[in-house]
Amino acid sequence: MTIHDTSAIRGMAESVRSRRLRNRLRHAAIQLGIVALVVVLLGMLAYAVKAGLAEKGIRFSFSFLANTAGFDISEGLTLTSGEGFVPNLAQFSSEMSIASAFVTGIFNTAKIALLAIILSTILGTMLGVGRLSTNWVVRNLCFWIVEFVRNTPLLIQLVFWYFAVVLHFPPMASAAKLYGGLIVSQQGIYVPTLSWTGGASTLSLILITATGVSALGAIFDPIRGARRICVGAAVVCLGLLVATGGMIVNFPVANKFKASGGTSISPEMAALLLAVVVSSASFIAETVRGAIDALPKAQWEAAGSLGLSRRDTVNDIILPQVFRVVLPSFGNQYISLTKNTALGIAVGFPDLFNIYGTIANQTGHSLEGIIIVMASYLVLSWIISSSVYWANRRLNPMGVSQ
Amino acid sequence: MKLLKILTAGVFAGVAFTAANASASVLDTVKQRGVLNCGTDNTAPGFGYLNTTTGQIEGLDVDFCKAVAAGVLGDAAKVKFITVTDKSRFDAVLTGQVDVVFAHTTIKPARESSIAIDFLPINFYDGTGLMVKTDAGIKKFADLDGATICTTQGSATETVLAAAFKARGWKDSKVLTYENLEKLFSALNSGRCNAMSTDKSALAAWAGNAPKPADYLILSDTLDKSPFGGFVAANDSKWRNALRWIEYGLFQAEESEITQANLAEKLKSEDPFIQKFLGSNGGGYGKDFGLSDDFMAQAIKAVGNYGEAYDRNLGPKTKMYLDRKGTPNALWTQGGAIYSPLWN
Repeated sequence: MTIHDTSAIRGMAESVRSRRLRNRLRHAAIQLGIVALVVVLLGMLAYAVKAGLAEKGIRFSFSFLANTAGFDISEGLTLTSGEGFVPNLAQFSSEMSIASAFVTGIFNTAKIALLAIILSTILGTMLGVGRLSTNWVVRNLCFWIVEFVRNTPLLIQLVFWYFAVVLHFPPMASAAKLYGGLIVSQQGIYVPTLSWTGGASTLSLILITATGVSALGAIFDPIRGARRICVGAAVVCLGLLVATGGMIVNFPVANKFKASGGTSISPEMAALLLAVVVSSASFIAETVRGAIDALPKAQWEAAGSLGLSRRDTVNDIILPQVFRVVLPSFGNQYISLTKNTALGIAVGFPDLFNIYGTIANQTGHSLEGIIIVMASYLVLSWIISSSVYWANRRLNPMGVSQ
Repeated sequence: MKLLKILTAGVFAGVAFTAANASASVLDTVKQRGVLNCGTDNTAPGFGYLNTTTGQIEGLDVDFCKAVAAGVLGDAAKVKFITVTDKSRFDAVLTGQVDVVFAHTTIKPARESSIAIDFLPINFYDGTGLMVKTDAGIKKFADLDGATICTTQGSATETVLAAAFKARGWKDSKVLTYENLEKLFSALNSGRCNAMSTDKSALAAWAGNAPKPADYLILSDTLDKSPFGGFVAANDSKWRNALRWIEYGLFQAEESEITQANLAEKLKSEDPFIQKFLGSNGGGYGKDFGLSDDFMAQAIKAVGNYGEAYDRNLGPKTKMYLDRKGTPNALWTQGGAIYSPLWN
């Protein structure tokens, strides 16, 4: 290579570099232009909306949030500032602010979404595994449940669950009383609760700690046999606690209109939960079934030749692999389930969207209200998707299925 | 850059369009369109209800829509009924989906102050009542301490109930809200709701139309008064005034004993007051409101006077069985509160 050649190459390199720089500048300019255009357009849109609203005499302001609500909400807790500005949850009442009413709606939506996520995962996995069962009845039952539920609109299912099932529970006066004070009535499903009366007595404290430890063991102990022992231990400790008077059971007592004592699920919540859980579970079941089908058949054969029973194969070989794969699609299902809870309005469940309807009507600030509602759903969906992402990272540390 | 220019022009045109739109009166829009878009309910017997035997929508609110169409466009058939719910009715008028709403709407300050609407005069005086199943053994409102009381979402009853509970210090009573009266009524029937609360006229209608009206008991308590009126978008006095005077005209027609039946005869009347009121001799009041001279004659031809419209939809001969006698819904000359300003 001669000197001339190198200088020629250097010249070429120089021109390449300057071309790259030009390209980069042009690129940046285009990007900047697009951003500026978007900002200008958004600004003009906001201006047009504001001017349009002003022309119609509609005020755009969030100050209505501080006004007194003046209406009641059938169920749900809201945040209030307790002693020393520590927020605590309290039942919503009509003298609270409109912002509190929104918080009640968010609480109800989050409550039902969380319960539905847990229940639909369990039910969906069972249905999905059931579809591959060797038992003809179980396999076909699961197939028809999934097919029927997946192919009918959720709103219609919800109305069915509410008006055709839940509202046909017996009235409070003749409410069915089941095992130890469970009341199933039109006014709600009441279950007994436990409350602490042991004070600081040593025996009670020891027993509650033992119950807690065995309950944790029952959930997290990796060995199935040990988990069973833990369940037994927890039940025995709790029984002793109640027997020694460390805790008392609050049984619900039926009154004229409703029951007092214990805790309850309202009919509206029960119907919405049933509808959302069953419908999401059928979608989850399909995901699970698909993931199981995708596993090599050799896995089953290998487990069989090792002498594992079918149940052990599913629990210890198949499902652990399936959950690694299906988690991202579960995440999608969780998000759509959360958004589906907005159908609660059809049965009078006071979820966020339902409460927004009342607020918009009583105050007239529907635009501001819908912005709050959309932002709340966005945040809820973000929380779910980031939790699923986090769980996925934990389950797949090596980057499997990412 | 060209794109930007086009977009900018588009947005400014949009702004200009909304501004121009806002300044034109709905009256002109309706006349240009040739059809009145009128918002009514279709689940409220007596006010706005789809009669399943005739397939027609009927009711007092429906008749007001027809009277407005006749008064403005000269033909009661030139009206398009658009169903609104308790929840959607305000947005329907604000967005221009409908020109006017007659949907048994309670007039109260919070609505006129924070929602950009203007109410028309009261066309029915009602009160918030409660209905229970007869076999529930509930006789008065005080028996309902701790009960679940249901109502429709977006109704004035929601706040009336909250205030009633608060005044009595009832902690366990609950308000449950449904989308519409149909769901509300089935929830009462199923037993989910111990009482159904809404305006007394609607309660009478639902009990009256039920297979066995004796199964229901409307409590004598009235929780609060509930005056009904139609409403239009705010800041359009031309439109609002035209509608107000058509409504007052129906009151005045009853007072002046002009009916659907004797209208033809009254049009030939030599009485200068009647001539001016009906515009039969030219030079009525219509021109000043941007209407035709005979606008009241058209409205009366379509639905009759207020008393006729009332009796046809709500009176003792209907299932509603709401007698006007002794109520504010009677004409002022008979001790009621239906009163038209002076036509002179």
